[in-house]
Amino acid sequence: MCLAIPHRILRLFDDKRALASAGPVETEIRVDLVPGLEIGDVVLVHAGFAIERLLEEHGQEIEALWEEVRRMAGTGHE
Amino acid sequence: MNDTRQRIALLSKALDLLTDRPIKVMEVCGTHTVSIFRQGLRSLLPPSLKLVSGPGCPVCVTDQGEIDAAVSLAGINGVTVATYGDMLRVPGSGSSLMNERARGRDVRIVTSADQALEIARNEKTRLIVFVAVGFETTAPSTASVILDAHRDRISNFTVLDLHKAVPPALEALASDADIDLDALLLPGHVSVILGLSPYGFLPERYGIACAVAGFEAEEIMLGLVEVARQIKEGRPRVASLYGQAVRAEGNPFARSLVDRVFEPGDSSWRGLGEIPLSGYALREEYSSMDALKRLDISIRRTPPPDGCSCGEVLRGVMTPRECPLFGNLCNPSHPVGPCMVSGEGSCAAHFRFSAGGDDPWKR
Repeated sequence: MCLAIPHRILRLFDDKRALASAGPVETEIRVDLVPGLEIGDVVLVHAGFAIERLLEEHGQEIEALWEEVRRMAGTGHE
Repeated sequence: MNDTRQRIALLSKALDLLTDRPIKVMEVCGTHTVSIFRQGLRSLLPPSLKLVSGPGCPVCVTDQGEIDAAVSLAGINGVTVATYGDMLRVPGSGSSLMNERARGRDVRIVTSADQALEIARNEKTRLIVFVAVGFETTAPSTASVILDAHRDRISNFTVLDLHKAVPPALEALASDADIDLDALLLPGHVSVILGLSPYGFLPERYGIACAVAGFEAEEIMLGLVEVARQIKEGRPRVASLYGQAVRAEGNPFARSLVDRVFEPGDSSWRGLGEIPLSGYALREEYSSMDALKRLDISIRRTPPPDGCSCGEVLRGVMTPRECPLFGNLCNPSHPVGPCMVSGEGSCAAHFRFSAGGDDPWKR
């Protein structure tokens, strides 16, 4: 039940509520668990509440691990 | 390399190379359990890697006595019970919320705590009991709504607080010699709130390799590669492979709301029993919203249904198929235990996805 779905913020009603979309579906969500959200931000929504802003990049650890996997499993290129 | 299939093949090969002794990995998130089955990842694992499901479904670990309390609350005149849909079918010792609804009790499904508070705002003559389940991912939303109700003096809103904390349960598993874990695939969305440091004791004290992973096939396989690498190198740690969503510090603001409303309290987990400080108890300031106190209902320990092995399944010492009830007496249409009820329960996942032994990656 810890499912969380990425949504894009379309409109901020006040400091607690926003309209957000996941694909074609638009839903009202609560945004008060993640301070400072702006229109256009992509957030993870769990049980009707945004719980975090999503970043575009995967992070360094995952990049480094992919390098290691490629080296180990032998292709050496993308 | 722009093809998922190629990347998965690469990860599978790397995992094979890294796994040179039997290792036991537990995934601790119901969403991971379902994703692993749905994407057919089990067929890609080396034979020496045993992947078991842990207590990662909040519905499944809700104790039978807690369900009984929810059922008792639903039976009180003037009470409306509101909860997440998965909770309705979970059997208590005598009934379920679904049965109570069929008998005319007012039991409603909500998809957020906010909706439960909305019912209280709109129906002043009813006493609303929000049955709040979930781990760290969900507790902040309950906390936020409790603060709203307190501020707006909504006197007909109460909570049956069944929230549970993941790290103490992981400690119970890590210290259990019967389970003998080498690695944990940590829950992605719990970690969004908690960050990484609450898991530090797992590698430090128990030598358990850990990775926080996302939910796509590649992300799960990467998580397995990471823990296999840690084991091979003899350097267990907590790796973060879900950087898009999980910050090292988690979501401190969400945690601060939880700390305002809840304090650590003992909690009973189905299959694991009572675990000290593994629950989120309402602080005294908000005790007027405690449904148990308000309606004088207590949570009693009751024995599990005859033959049900959910406890063993949740501890990863038995697979669903090893349970004598699996598939015949216990199935999704007639679940005996909670692991067959919830869509994220390991028994339900085994039942739905593994019947034909289909292998989508080798087609």
